[in-house]
Amino acid sequence: MQGIGYREIPSIHYSFFVVLGIMFALILAGLYAAWYMEHHGHWVTGMDNQIVWGVPHVFAIFLILSASGALNIASIATVFGRASFKPLSRFSALVAIALLIGGLSVLVLDLGRPDRLLIAMTHYNFRSVFAWNIFLYVGFLILVGFYVWSIMDRKMEALRIFAGATSFLWRLVLTSATGLIFGFLIARESYDSAILAPMFIAMSLSFGLAVFYLFLQGSFFVSRRKIGNYIVVRLGKLLRIFVSVVLYIVVISHLTNLYASEHQDIERFFLLSGREITVIFWIGQILIGSFLPLLLLFPIDKPLDTVRMTYASVFVVIGGISQLYVIIIGGQAYPLILFPGYEVSSSFFDGVINVYTPSLIETLLGIGGVALAVKIVFLGSKILPFLPTNLDDKNTDPHYESS
Amino acid sequence: MNDNVDRKCEPCDRRTFLGGAISAASLTIAPGVTLFSIPSFARKPGERASNVNRWGLLIDINKCPDGCNECVKACHRENGVKSHGRPETDAKWIRKITVSGSGRRPEFEIPVMCQHCENPPCVDVCPTGASMKRADGIVLVDKHTCIGCRYCMIACPYKARSFVHEKTTGQRSFAPRGKGTVESCTLCVHRVDQNRLPACVERCQEKAGGAMIFGDINDKNSAISKALRKYPSKEIRGDLNLKLGVRYRGIP
Repeated sequence: MQGIGYREIPSIHYSFFVVLGIMFALILAGLYAAWYMEHHGHWVTGMDNQIVWGVPHVFAIFLILSASGALNIASIATVFGRASFKPLSRFSALVAIALLIGGLSVLVLDLGRPDRLLIAMTHYNFRSVFAWNIFLYVGFLILVGFYVWSIMDRKMEALRIFAGATSFLWRLVLTSATGLIFGFLIARESYDSAILAPMFIAMSLSFGLAVFYLFLQGSFFVSRRKIGNYIVVRLGKLLRIFVSVVLYIVVISHLTNLYASEHQDIERFFLLSGREITVIFWIGQILIGSFLPLLLLFPIDKPLDTVRMTYASVFVVIGGISQLYVIIIGGQAYPLILFPGYEVSSSFFDGVINVYTPSLIETLLGIGGVALAVKIVFLGSKILPFLPTNLDDKNTDPHYESS
Repeated sequence: MNDNVDRKCEPCDRRTFLGGAISAASLTIAPGVTLFSIPSFARKPGERASNVNRWGLLIDINKCPDGCNECVKACHRENGVKSHGRPETDAKWIRKITVSGSGRRPEFEIPVMCQHCENPPCVDVCPTGASMKRADGIVLVDKHTCIGCRYCMIACPYKARSFVHEKTTGQRSFAPRGKGTVESCTLCVHRVDQNRLPACVERCQEKAGGAMIFGDINDKNSAISKALRKYPSKEIRGDLNLKLGVRYRGIP
């Protein structure tokens, strides 16, 4: 392996400014959407008293999970000593910070009273997993910032492993707590399960790696740098493990529910009769999000290349958003069981499958969060040397010279 | 408990006297059938709520007439909850639910509101502590610290909470309703603190079947305690072990 240099994105490629311009426009659209929602009230969205968390939460939680997972590349290098991922550490940390800021922005702007953010930061109910998450998210930003410093400043090298290990453990707790936002809900039949914590960790590793790879590709494209096949194959092998683990947990989770007769109705809803939820589950989550990436990532005739890895990553992202849509929207669409074994009806939509149609305005808010994350990554890489100058095999493959 | 002891040791002022007199103000028309019942005593102005009291409701479904909506109308009128003509986003503090059991038992109707749980999931999950339970068991939302995250709405097993989706008009001073915050039945805490019945109970006793009894479950001489001792009652989703302040007679 040769020494690897790091350099900012040069201002030579017009695509860099095109990306920044588009992201700026999308951020403005997201801000307008937030203002519109707060000014008129949430009735202008697709959310109501039945589906209280909508598409903004799907985007926010996707970004937050991906933030945690994107840091995995740095963790593998620092904590688990895989030298081949070391050149990606600092960029991995930048992507993690950017994704978390994007996700939190969406979450805050979707509050009924975002102007009361200060109250959320000063009034804590420590029995609330939501309150824990406020600490965990802020702590994550501070820790990863410190970690980046330890990576980029040679004088801080002694603290690098400590910072990396702490960040690694912190993000495991953070992702578990994000899953437990749903896991602790006794009211909802589709939540209220400890498996949501490990499932969210697996989802974060999968989504985070896919998103990280897309950021890496995009950043290398606009800075005219080259990713060698060795690193692509390594990332691809990791991604296929993560996608498989997520699929495994999903299958086990549904099988367990199918085995218990008390949960068979809700399983029928998710798997067969849930209209758009069922379609999104089978087409979005299972076919596009699981089977297609696995088909692409398992080499049949030739080694994995950047094109197949890019497609696989895009499919994992689509699958991830679908999976969170099914969990968040589907879990609320299924009615609360007030009298088990009885049918109920009321003027408040008791006992019916709730319908949710995302409005343009809330979708724009969610996309605005994604755009903010992209903008932070690109600007960060433009200002500071986060990106390696090249990821040729000779720079990343430890066996390159002997092979 | 000290509050209770202290109160009993105080000189008999006008309010204490009235409280005692009111405690006897219930009309029993037959053994076990109480037509009229009001709280046994209220707190003095400025005095904190205490766990000496546990306010609760007993609703007898057998006396709840089909098609009657008096409690719903009274609640919403009292607290200034108005419809914007959008049922999906309109707030509902109380609603009548029709329950049908596929031949096992006749269809019946049941009013459902915040169940004022002893272990309220909404209070557990609220990040800022805006969802709170008073010492006397009434579950409320502090409208000054609710950030509108809606987590309590997802956590409530009874769908008792509503989000204020749009600007409100005609608010009552005792029941502020801020756009972007969450709200639910307050058990008419403003009335309870003045020794008055919740609006739904009052209306039910005046104009409907008298299906609702309100009172202090901790006071073994209260009408609700006597009724709870005399007849079996159930909680909705009692399996969740939330120890509800609202009990029902005649539900499966």
